[in-house]
Amino acid sequence: MKSIADIKAIRDKMKGQINLRDNKDAEQEIRIVVGMATCGISAGARPVFNAFVDDVASRQLRNVKVTRTGCMGMCALEPIVEVHIPGEDPVTYVHVDPDKVRKIVANHIVNGNVCTEYLIGEERK
Amino acid sequence: MVRSHVLVCGGTGCHSNNSAAIKREFETLIKERGLENDVSVVGTGCFGLCAVGPIVIVYPEGAFYSGMKVEDVAEIVDEHLVKGRLVQRLLYKEKSDEHVVKALSETNFYKKQTRVALRNCGVINPEEIDEYIAEDGYQALIKCLTELKPQEVIDIIKASGLRGRGGGGFPTGLKWQFAANSPGPVKYVCCNADEGDPGAFMDRSILEGDPHAVLEAMAIAGYAIGAHQGYIYVRAEYPIAVQRLRIALDQAKEYGLLGKNILDTGFDFDLEIRLGAGAFVCGEETALMTSIEGNRGEPRPRPPFPAVKGLFGKPTILNNVETYANVCQIILKGADWFASMGTEKSKGTKVFALGGKITNTGLVEIPMGTTLREVIEDIGGGIPNGKHFKAAQTGGPSGGCIPAEHFDIPIDYDNLISIGSMMGSGGMIVMDEDNCMVDIAKFFLEFTVDESCGKCTPCRIGNRRLLEYLDKITSGQATLQDLDDMEQLCYYIKANSLCGLGQTAPNPVLSTLRYFRDEYVAHVVEKRCPCHVCKGLARYTITDDCKGCSACARKCPVGAISGEIKSKFVIDPSKCIKCGVCMETCRFGAIVKE
Ligand SMILES: Cc1cc2nc3c(=O)[nH]c(=O)nc-3n(C[C@H](O)[C@H](O)[C@H](O)COP(=O)(O)O)c2cc1C
Ligand code: SF4
Ligand code: SF4
Ligand code: FES
Ligand code: FES
Repeated sequence: MKSIADIKAIRDKMKGQINLRDNKDAEQEIRIVVGMATCGISAGARPVFNAFVDDVASRQLRNVKVTRTGCMGMCALEPIVEVHIPGEDPVTYVHVDPDKVRKIVANHIVNGNVCTEYLIGEERK
Repeated sequence: MVRSHVLVCGGTGCHSNNSAAIKREFETLIKERGLENDVSVVGTGCFGLCAVGPIVIVYPEGAFYSGMKVEDVAEIVDEHLVKGRLVQRLLYKEKSDEHVVKALSETNFYKKQTRVALRNCGVINPEEIDEYIAEDGYQALIKCLTELKPQEVIDIIKASGLRGRGGGGFPTGLKWQFAANSPGPVKYVCCNADEGDPGAFMDRSILEGDPHAVLEAMAIAGYAIGAHQGYIYVRAEYPIAVQRLRIALDQAKEYGLLGKNILDTGFDFDLEIRLGAGAFVCGEETALMTSIEGNRGEPRPRPPFPAVKGLFGKPTILNNVETYANVCQIILKGADWFASMGTEKSKGTKVFALGGKITNTGLVEIPMGTTLREVIEDIGGGIPNGKHFKAAQTGGPSGGCIPAEHFDIPIDYDNLISIGSMMGSGGMIVMDEDNCMVDIAKFFLEFTVDESCGKCTPCRIGNRRLLEYLDKITSGQATLQDLDDMEQLCYYIKANSLCGLGQTAPNPVLSTLRYFRDEYVAHVVEKRCPCHVCKGLARYTITDDCKGCSACARKCPVGAISGEIKSKFVIDPSKCIKCGVCMETCRFGAIVKE
């Protein structure tokens, strides 16, 4: 038998998973898009993707959705990640790895400071 | 870590189109590609767009794939799940402009809907209690047991304006109040999941898609009126619903959400399922309780009302599945939230099962007060094949039709009654110019004549006489006097039958008479069915295009066609049984039906 606290704990744990299916406030939400075509995957996009999903879930960021997309056309810079925050210009990070993911989530998604050192513009310089 | 959910509809519509095999195929292929830790495959209840099923939705993108086949699964797995590219070919296309819709929420079908009773259908896995809990499941029960007194629960339901969704529209809070006021230590809470109207499947979809919502609401009702035992009466013809209910019951009991001392609050409430054999009359409340008691499902006179003397002679409330499906939301979001939707006397939403001549057959939930036009044109996608709307039948065999002249009527309990129809439990059958209204009335009456339990004479014999009048009309033997007599008989049956079945059985006849009397008159006076539906009034003739091949004469089962080879053949109308075989046989299109 569960207690009331148990039920609430199940709810909080499961909410993060179910949240994935909520398309209702599409305009309000932050989207993290990971390029996951063949080139992205071979460059290590899958662990990057999973790191985002883990981090977002463990921080219980309900308005953030992690999605995939196909080839972004710059295969040499993969894994590529785009962050879309409503009302702001999209930001593109390149050569992302799981360590960078944690910084992007902590600095950019949570605190609103773009991680300039990983930006596509930096790479091109 | 799961990053993607593949939702496969397991509602009855999609299930019968092989969705179980599609789900298995997903599971197999996902394993083969080594994605089993990344992607979870979830079976859900009905999404509502059964017409384009089987339906699969892939989240987080919300990509909405329709008309899925087992062979299509590999493409979705390889393209979408592995590479992240939507499979355009399989995305749902809105019929009107062939615009490819990416997400379910983008479709016109969904945009005008408000989902309260159906909120979890097609969203959660109904066989997983944790998913229900994730959507705030059982929080309403916790709130009632820990924060509210029984009377406060009743007051909230009263203030919300919730009315019964099973047909009658009786205020739910008031019903609970009556039962709460009845003294006695033993009371019962029952759920009516008998759903007998032809074409209706709202309740089935809720049970299949969100069974816990009903269980939770019944426990709340038990707390409110002081009952410790409940029964769900569901028809045995709903195997998937019954199975999901059983699973849900077991899970809820295991979690201690049903049974003794629920969540350590001291409140006991247990539930059992009772299977009905599918007689329409067993949906009537007194017959239903008689049937749960183990007797033959026949109605008994009221009063006493069930709130005073119901199941096993104890105070009982009976509510419909959809009524219960609203209760937890009202407790959590408040009476004001619920009362903000709908019209003055009809609050909240109503689920309709759209069927008949409509593009999007399926399940829709609309705020009360939505017009029929919005339901049919915007949500339903209009009438197929460029035909025109003629009428919509609501309330099934107890209801009536809404003709085109009332196309802009806001749908609520009182408006529908004022035009001679009723809300009913939510079946909505759309008819176009090809439907003969006399034939429609006959269809419903045949149903009630079959389903009459036979206990009282006005219903048992009266409705049979009524059907005989309709037979006379559709075979061209009736007089105008018969039309008047028939109408009188309708009123007699309504006034004198014992239960709701008999009292409402003549409604389809009365309402078609009211709006389509000209069609009745055409049958009677001109001996003609304007829509060429009534077989008895059809006439087959051979035109001058006849080449005299004799093919039809050889096929005619009653030898009604005669003539000489190479000259025109003729049909003897007194022998012809109107089977239509000759018309199909003729290679020159020389036989016409009028
Ligand atoms: C012949 C007949 C059949 C009925 N069938 C159903 C049914 O299938 N489902 C249902 O919920 N109510 C049905 N009802 C209405 C019930 O008697 C009862 O009013 C209803 O279940 C009460 O629940 P509610 O107040 O939540 O609507 C039927 C009534 C009659 C007279
Ligand atoms: S009205 Fe019909 S169904 Fe109802 S009790 Fe009489 S015979 Fe039976
Ligand atoms: S087959 Fe048709 S055209 Fe030929 S004789 Fe028969 S009715 Fe006439
Ligand atoms: S059964 Fe699948 S959408 Fe209705
Ligand atoms: S062939 Fe004449 S009615 Fe069938």
